[in-house]
Amino acid sequence: MADSLVYLYAVGDAALGESLPPGLTGVDGAPVRVIVEGRLGAVVSTVDPVHFDEETLQGNLEDLTWLAETARAHHALVEAVWRHEPVAPLRLATVYLDDDNIHSLLRQRGAAFTAVLDRIRGRREWGIKAFAHGSEDVDADQSADSNLGPGAAYLLRKRMARERGARAQQDVQEAVADLHRALSAAAAASHLYPPQAPQLSGRREPMVLNAAYLVEESEATTFTNAVQTWHSPHVHHELTGPWVPYSFAMLEES
Amino acid sequence: MTLARNDNDLYLIDLLDRLLAGGVVLTGDVTISLAGVDLVQVSLRALISSVATLVDE
Repeated sequence: MADSLVYLYAVGDAALGESLPPGLTGVDGAPVRVIVEGRLGAVVSTVDPVHFDEETLQGNLEDLTWLAETARAHHALVEAVWRHEPVAPLRLATVYLDDDNIHSLLRQRGAAFTAVLDRIRGRREWGIKAFAHGSEDVDADQSADSNLGPGAAYLLRKRMARERGARAQQDVQEAVADLHRALSAAAAASHLYPPQAPQLSGRREPMVLNAAYLVEESEATTFTNAVQTWHSPHVHHELTGPWVPYSFAMLEES
Repeated sequence: MTLARNDNDLYLIDLLDRLLAGGVVLTGDVTISLAGVDLVQVSLRALISSVATLVDE
């Protein structure tokens, strides 16, 4: 087993080598440093293979306490770095054997990283989650029953409930499409995540939109105004952010 | 519309959405460890199931 591994948080301009304030720490409280190669700088820390070699990591990732701590430490550092320089954040738990591998990464994928930096510089990400309003399931339409036998009345009620459900679902879908359209108009790009399951979202109502929008910093007010002024009787929405543009940091294949 | 509850757990789920499904993904472009891979990627399914279990408790 290697003595140590290198945890990669983010890649930015080589200037990070000078501009990063001292004393920053990352996962496991490890001190953070910058590996410079050409025009790029990689924000890394040395980590203990006891926690981060491949086998251990698989196990650790199933331990929510460990996962939450690691995610928060990763995120806190990326946020702190972003305040000095825009950086392309890496996915959680990207771990390399040694510095040499990071140098070759920056050499080989330099153009792709530069393209990501050009896409996210001067922009922030905002999150929107939308939830369908519960349909008021009134046991209505009793009036239609009077001339029918109980069996026929039951079938009729069932059919009407089904139709109401389908109509409600369509209303929700149209509202979500309209919300997404309105917000996309104020954003440079958007990314759709799968809706979170109710046990994760903390809400009973089904999540119908889990989206991220990439927004110019100078357009932040326009965007949040668009969020605040949009209303629908069918859908309720929540804003999170601003985030470092995690959702827009994908490398184009070289 | 409302601001999301500033609840730690809910925030964590939004954060994990981003850190486990967003960010720059580096696969297949580097090298070797003892196991033949020096780049470790998270197993998203395992994570989500562990998160779900915890929230259920």
